[in-house]
Amino acid sequence: MAGAALEARIAEWRGYVDRARTIEPAEAEELETHLRDRVDELRAAGLDDDEAFLVAVKRLGAIDAISREFARTNSARLWKQLVAAPAPAERGGGAGGLRSALLIGLAAAAVLQLIRVLSIATSTRKLDTQLFGLPADPTWLLRNAGMIPVAAVAAWLLVRRRPGLRIVLATAIPFGLVALAVNLMPSQLLLSGDGIGAQTLVLTALHAPIACWLFVGLAYTATGWRDTGRRMDLVRFTGEGLVYYVLIALGGQLLFGLTVAILMPLAPGVVTPLLEWGVLSLAVIAFPFAAWLVELKQSVIENIAPVLARTFTPLFAIVTVASAAVYLVLGATQPFNRELMIVFDAILVLALALVLYNLSARTEGRATRFFDIAGLVAVVGALGLDAFVLVDLVGRIGEHGWTPNRVAAAGLNVLLFAVLAVAAVLSALQLAGRRPVAALERWLMGTLPAYSLWAAFVAIGLPLLFASG
Amino acid sequence: MRIDKDLVAAVATPLVLAILAEGRSYGYAILARVRELSGGELEWSDGMLYPLLHRLQALGLLAAEWGSSPEGRRRKYYAITEAGRRELAEQRSQWAAVTQTLDRLWERGGPAPLLGGT
Repeated sequence: MAGAALEARIAEWRGYVDRARTIEPAEAEELETHLRDRVDELRAAGLDDDEAFLVAVKRLGAIDAISREFARTNSARLWKQLVAAPAPAERGGGAGGLRSALLIGLAAAAVLQLIRVLSIATSTRKLDTQLFGLPADPTWLLRNAGMIPVAAVAAWLLVRRRPGLRIVLATAIPFGLVALAVNLMPSQLLLSGDGIGAQTLVLTALHAPIACWLFVGLAYTATGWRDTGRRMDLVRFTGEGLVYYVLIALGGQLLFGLTVAILMPLAPGVVTPLLEWGVLSLAVIAFPFAAWLVELKQSVIENIAPVLARTFTPLFAIVTVASAAVYLVLGATQPFNRELMIVFDAILVLALALVLYNLSARTEGRATRFFDIAGLVAVVGALGLDAFVLVDLVGRIGEHGWTPNRVAAAGLNVLLFAVLAVAAVLSALQLAGRRPVAALERWLMGTLPAYSLWAAFVAIGLPLLFASG
Repeated sequence: MRIDKDLVAAVATPLVLAILAEGRSYGYAILARVRELSGGELEWSDGMLYPLLHRLQALGLLAAEWGSSPEGRRRKYYAITEAGRRELAEQRSQWAAVTQTLDRLWERGGPAPLLGGT
């Protein structure tokens, strides 16, 4: 047996390895076994404890390098890289990124404000305003409000990454075309009809940014856009960015509330302009700012999206299974409210998000198996629940007739259902040990562009379709 | 002669797969086998093997399970999967093509290695 001094040195070394947070405990244990094997061999060859330990540690290599390699291997732990020593190339450049994020945010906010002012001008004074040859009208603000922040994030990524002219053009040109298509759409198409037309404006406003997220993805993944790992990174970037944005928005609301409380007694008229000029602008600037925060990786609240996913997966599983049981027992005796489709879309989106972020936080071990199973139960529950509604609604299509809203909701539902159903099968096969996790990852990442393509169809295709039909 | 770092990195995957195709093994023994086969010329720092093993496992090319060593240490054993064997066959044909190409060139009397040099 090894001496006490050697044991102490190995324990000290292990403590150092454990602090490298990209190395999981199981992996650290594997490395320790390796170290002990090597020490034994060297001692058998005649070295004393100290010499054997030093040589064995040296042969194992620098822990920094190993932890970086682990981080690259399992990019789920990329988040933690910031705690592990950053590679020399990754150091620095943080402040410059912030400056460009704020400048791009300001420019985007200015564009949005210009559009807003023109929009108001045309609606109140019936001005026949033109900008760059595009007709400005009251719908302008709503058409562009979602796309501008997305454009800001894409622009910032391109400035920051400098992925080369081909990627820049491949991002900017189609983005421009989508923006042009959304803006060139005659207002009659978006507003006409007895109330239904007005819905297509909202649909377009909601779906255009999702369609354009495809180009953020391209700017983010650059030449690696086909790569599953890079796409997973994009998903993490998106989720973490969203979490940051929500936190910033909460802080912003608090600040706004306080400001209003202070100024109200003195100048009650200040609230509306503050909201229109200040809050709206800041809400846009916060987008590239959140992106910068994610990229900086010096996250105080590191790893939050996967943590949230893990917290809510078991709860979500309970809720969906319980709800499905209620439906099953009570039966679909009452016809579903057709607007319920949107609620079920939200459930499926949530299920997909939980699966994605569970996957992104995946490590080996028993805990993971528990979350894999909980995730599978949640997805199956959500699918079962959704099947009730889908069957009911499909059975009564004729009764309701198709409206743009229903096509959008039903289409998304079918898309999500298909993706999740295959994901559930792959997940079950993986739990049974018949397929690697990589298969599930490939499927979920491969289908990623489908959401944007569907959103593009809803934003641009539906108004045209329903206008002619 | 030390083999170039990039070349070692390129050969690491087929090497590990081929060794595991001989039978189930663990990290330390895989490294010992590499040293034995290459006469000590092909070496990388021990620790770097483990991220590679985990990557191959995540891709489904290897399966792993915990066992214990004769000394009672917990040890992780790796075995090649069917997908791993397919990947190995693919890598093997690629490497054969590469070495064949180089052999043809060098047999025709290209620059001869500097014998005695390092």
